[in-house]
Amino acid sequence: MKHKVATTVNGRRHEHEVEPRLLLVHYLRDVVGLTGTHIGCDTSQCGACTILVDGKAVKSCTMFAVQAEGRNLTTIEGMAKDGQLHPLQQAFWDEHGLQCGYCTPGFIMAAAYLLSLNPNPTDDEIRKGLEGNLCRCTGYVNIIKSVKSAAAAMGGAPARAGEKSVAGR
Amino acid sequence: MIPAAFEYARASSVDEAAKLLDQYGEDAKVLAGGHSLIPLMRLRLAQPKALVDINGIKGLDQIKVEGSKLHVGALARHVDIQNSEVVKDKLPILAEVAGEVGDNQVRNMGTMGGVVAHADAAGDYPTIALILDAEIVTNKRSIAAKDFFKDLFTTPLAANEIVTEVVFPVADGPHKYIKFRRRLFDWAIVGAAAQKMNGGWRIGLTNVGPTPVRAKAVEDALQNGAKPEEAAQHASDGLNPSGDLRASPEYKKHLSRVLTRRAIEQAT
Amino acid sequence: MAVTTMIGAKIHRREDPRLVSGEGRFVDDFTLPNTAHVAFVRSPYAHALIKTIDLTAASKSPGVVAIYTHKDFAKAIAGGIPVAPAFVAEKKHVPNRFPIADKEAVYQGEIVAVVLADDTYQAVDAANLIDVDYEQLPAVTDLEKALEPNSPRVHSAGQDNLAWDLTYVPDDPAAMKEADVVVKERFHHQRLAPTSIETRGVLADYSSADRNVTVWMSSQNPHLMRFYLALAIGLPESRIRVISPDVGGGFGSKCPPHPEDYLVTAASRLSGRPVKWIESRTEAIHGTAHGRGEFFDVEAGAKKDGTLVALKVTQYLDAGGYVGNLGAFQGVACLLSGGAYRWKHVSARTIGVLTNRVPTDIYRGAGRPEATHLCERTMDLLAGALKMDPVALRRKNFATEFPFTNNFGLVYDSGNYEGALDKALEMVGYEKLRREQEEGRKHGKYLGIGFSSWIELCGIGPSGPTAGATGGIGLVESAQVRVFPTGSVAVYVGTHSHGQGHDTTFTQIAADTLGIPYDMIELHHGDTAEGPAFGYGTYGSRSLAVGGMAVHKASKKVVHKARKLAAHIFEAAEDDVVFDQGQFYVKGSPDKRKGIGEIALASYGAGSSLPPEMEHGLEAVAYFDPPNFVWPFGTHIAVVDVDSETGNVELLRYIAVDDCGNIINPMIVEGQVHGGVAQGVAQALYEEVVYDDESGQMRTGTLTDYLVPTANEFPTFELGRTITPSETNELGVKGIGEAGTIASSAAVMNAVCDALSPFGIKHMDMPASPDRVWKLIHAARGASSDGHDGKEARK
Repeated sequence: MKHKVATTVNGRRHEHEVEPRLLLVHYLRDVVGLTGTHIGCDTSQCGACTILVDGKAVKSCTMFAVQAEGRNLTTIEGMAKDGQLHPLQQAFWDEHGLQCGYCTPGFIMAAAYLLSLNPNPTDDEIRKGLEGNLCRCTGYVNIIKSVKSAAAAMGGAPARAGEKSVAGR
Repeated sequence: MIPAAFEYARASSVDEAAKLLDQYGEDAKVLAGGHSLIPLMRLRLAQPKALVDINGIKGLDQIKVEGSKLHVGALARHVDIQNSEVVKDKLPILAEVAGEVGDNQVRNMGTMGGVVAHADAAGDYPTIALILDAEIVTNKRSIAAKDFFKDLFTTPLAANEIVTEVVFPVADGPHKYIKFRRRLFDWAIVGAAAQKMNGGWRIGLTNVGPTPVRAKAVEDALQNGAKPEEAAQHASDGLNPSGDLRASPEYKKHLSRVLTRRAIEQAT
Repeated sequence: MAVTTMIGAKIHRREDPRLVSGEGRFVDDFTLPNTAHVAFVRSPYAHALIKTIDLTAASKSPGVVAIYTHKDFAKAIAGGIPVAPAFVAEKKHVPNRFPIADKEAVYQGEIVAVVLADDTYQAVDAANLIDVDYEQLPAVTDLEKALEPNSPRVHSAGQDNLAWDLTYVPDDPAAMKEADVVVKERFHHQRLAPTSIETRGVLADYSSADRNVTVWMSSQNPHLMRFYLALAIGLPESRIRVISPDVGGGFGSKCPPHPEDYLVTAASRLSGRPVKWIESRTEAIHGTAHGRGEFFDVEAGAKKDGTLVALKVTQYLDAGGYVGNLGAFQGVACLLSGGAYRWKHVSARTIGVLTNRVPTDIYRGAGRPEATHLCERTMDLLAGALKMDPVALRRKNFATEFPFTNNFGLVYDSGNYEGALDKALEMVGYEKLRREQEEGRKHGKYLGIGFSSWIELCGIGPSGPTAGATGGIGLVESAQVRVFPTGSVAVYVGTHSHGQGHDTTFTQIAADTLGIPYDMIELHHGDTAEGPAFGYGTYGSRSLAVGGMAVHKASKKVVHKARKLAAHIFEAAEDDVVFDQGQFYVKGSPDKRKGIGEIALASYGAGSSLPPEMEHGLEAVAYFDPPNFVWPFGTHIAVVDVDSETGNVELLRYIAVDDCGNIINPMIVEGQVHGGVAQGVAQALYEEVVYDDESGQMRTGTLTDYLVPTANEFPTFELGRTITPSETNELGVKGIGEAGTIASSAAVMNAVCDALSPFGIKHMDMPASPDRVWKLIHAARGASSDGHDGKEARK
């Protein structure tokens, strides 16, 4: 039995009837027609499907479309404004933070959420903030640089040069 | 991958949720954060015939202190527990544990009630609940943590019974939870919790058996004046963990001792 | 001579605006009306007879369009998935691999039935209703067991499980006798799942009316796929179009043809509808070709002054249930087992073995990581046995004169191994680090320093050896450069980037060679309907050294024609015409210039204004056949800290000094090294495809258990470079796409073993997970039988 679901996606309202089991990521891709959000796994690790639900980063493969009833969704397609790339998009471009580009929308959305909580993260805080996203191409080095650069552009303190970055917990 | 079809209903109150669960019977499941349930459904390891979505029930996400008790609503998300000033003040170990569940995206969705009701051996909250003698409150009764985690994925919850809150004692003394895992967002291979309270220690272990373990022998040794290293040797007393991909039984027992010692030593 | 303003520049990528905006076009982003969606039924068993398949319930399932099994495809697909001879001359047993199982499934994941439905959800529902009656057969999921005489047969009709057995150079026992010190070890390379974040996918649209098919697929080599399909589906290449759009990573796994490529294409023909399949991650781990899956028995001898004498290598490769399309290419590990060093004698033999597991095939580095690993680990073992510093041992034995011919007749075109080593030592602060290590050992702190002085063969490759290896296709590369009347340029190339930035770097090359502004040049790749007749794809770090060179060659042909036409227009001799940064002028009259764009327009004009014998237009096709492979090299250094209580290994620092010859875009080069290093580190410390020996079942079928690391598991890699131009091509370029992976597993494992050496531990295999490390330390400490530790306490 189908359920009505009404969502706002990137500022635009949508109303559809969907099966309850329709995953939110499939709703966005196949029903709303926004294919920028990607699928990379079955078990909620890779984060390629990350979007913002009422401003919070969520893995859209682990939510049903019906759960998004009445919510404000932001996908990668909603990041640029008036033809201008969002500073995160610009930074990933500037810092070579992507290679194949498949994981990139998920990273940008996760980074947008991270910066909304912490506008001036250290390298290690960026790593932790992006722990839910996997990249196979970049080795993460330039992704961290990109987020640092975006933070600076968005008004955090200038990117700290020479900061020692050692992984660990 | 694609879940099997199911019927779906949203509950706006706990009573309504219970009624819906009654209506759908044994094959219905509660949908809260969904981050344990939905991955299982995508792999078709779980195929509930109906989901009762409780995310809209107001008031179920409250976190508050009443006297010496901290009430954490079943729908409190990990991120909210992690950032709650109340929790950081009154039961800081819980805030720290919440901050290490999964990743940011998971923490925005996963709930206290969900983790507790799912009773995964690798869940972190059950260990804290157990060692602190928390109460799991449902729409029908209150169950002591030591009676709640019966076996892997097994609790006394009836089909129409819903966790509404978990009640912890306030404990703001030295504490430490060490979650030993491979990747930062992984489940614990072994976790060790140490909480000093009421003049003594509470020590617990995650993922060394089908349910969380309270290391009473360690607590007693500490009470009797043993140094952390000595006391921690008892962490593996009575343990019979099964091996898995990441750890042999022997390694788990070893880790339980090492991590327990470290948790006690690092507790602040 | 043109000033190279674009080559060498850090130009930001053209690909990025669409990719950061979510406007990338990956296979799953394409939709066609009336598409039927596929779900596959796959064998849940490692080895089983397929007795019956009951489609009754499934065929009634909502939305089902058709369900196909072997009998439907038997007429639609000819032959089996091709297997390249690669470097293996003598094949013993190469079981025919039809894309769908008939009566027997030989690995968990092998396809048994194909369901088409109106949408994916319905297809999956129906697939779950198909009732297959399997009879389990004994399975063997361990390489060594598969070689035993009473092993279960992977294919029940097979004599044994031996796929190939080839000796490259036979062992000479006399050679090893000259050694004063001999070490022996076995090095395991665990099975890996390539795990590109975009899985595979195929959308096929067969037109019976037009008798042609268009196939969108996530492929590293669309032209080769077209070729393979032509061999199988009864359509010539001229009627097959393969479009590989944006590809979300490949790492080799999207090179070989996979069963689904054939089945989806044939299903479109059978059903009369476009057919689409997008692989799930679980399917990918159970069905996309695995990497590595080998072990090497190595014996190495040296003189007591450290001079290397002899190396004996036997490679055992787990082919899986079928020999992979390029599965035997990994034999190249033998040919490079001597590494960067001079050996008196190297012998090698490669043995391929079937098991009831997913077939293995090329994966980033393909044989060269294995060669580097066994060689560099052996160097450390020899250094230990000789009580010699591992750096000194390497220095003493490096090849220093180039071209250098190795023990297998391969010619390394250029190198400066000591230069890279010295730079790496400087970057890591080697002396200080050793002192830190020594100090730390007194306080229960175990630092490890590991080297990997790597070399590799890439830029695949010269047509002679590669035609032999592939069974008839020389792996050259093609490009077409076409100048339009308005002076803009389209460049078509047969490589296909999936992250390497060719849209940017190849355009840089064309811009410099043609002297036409970068912004007026557009690169096209990935669509077999465009460009030269055949392209060869992207893998083996070949795109720049072969594809970029083809672009350069075609661009030069265009300039050559343009110069002739310019000379005609200037009424001057060709030799008197100068070409400088896109402009032509007669020697001595530099103020009277004509840009190449003007010349292009002229080429479209009246025939009478062209020189006699010259045709209209300004475009050229070039195929570049490199005279040799190219030979990048470098030294990587890993610094680890081992927690002796938990066995946890933390990678503290990673230094990578690489030499890939002249550099087109340094930003791209660094990105490739970062990614390559991460994958090798991941193999050293995290990833492994695990099968249960008893049941033959895979235990690491999802990313919960297959441990692809996050950003938190890596430090920031520190990169350095030396530049030793290649002698093999005019631009002096080499490849770099795989270098990071080729070097890194050895660097990390050398570091781990160095950290563990105070315990008397000389060797351990990958992955160095904490449980494994602890087990070795525990055993070395001779702990009491109840498992309790010795006294050492450490925070």
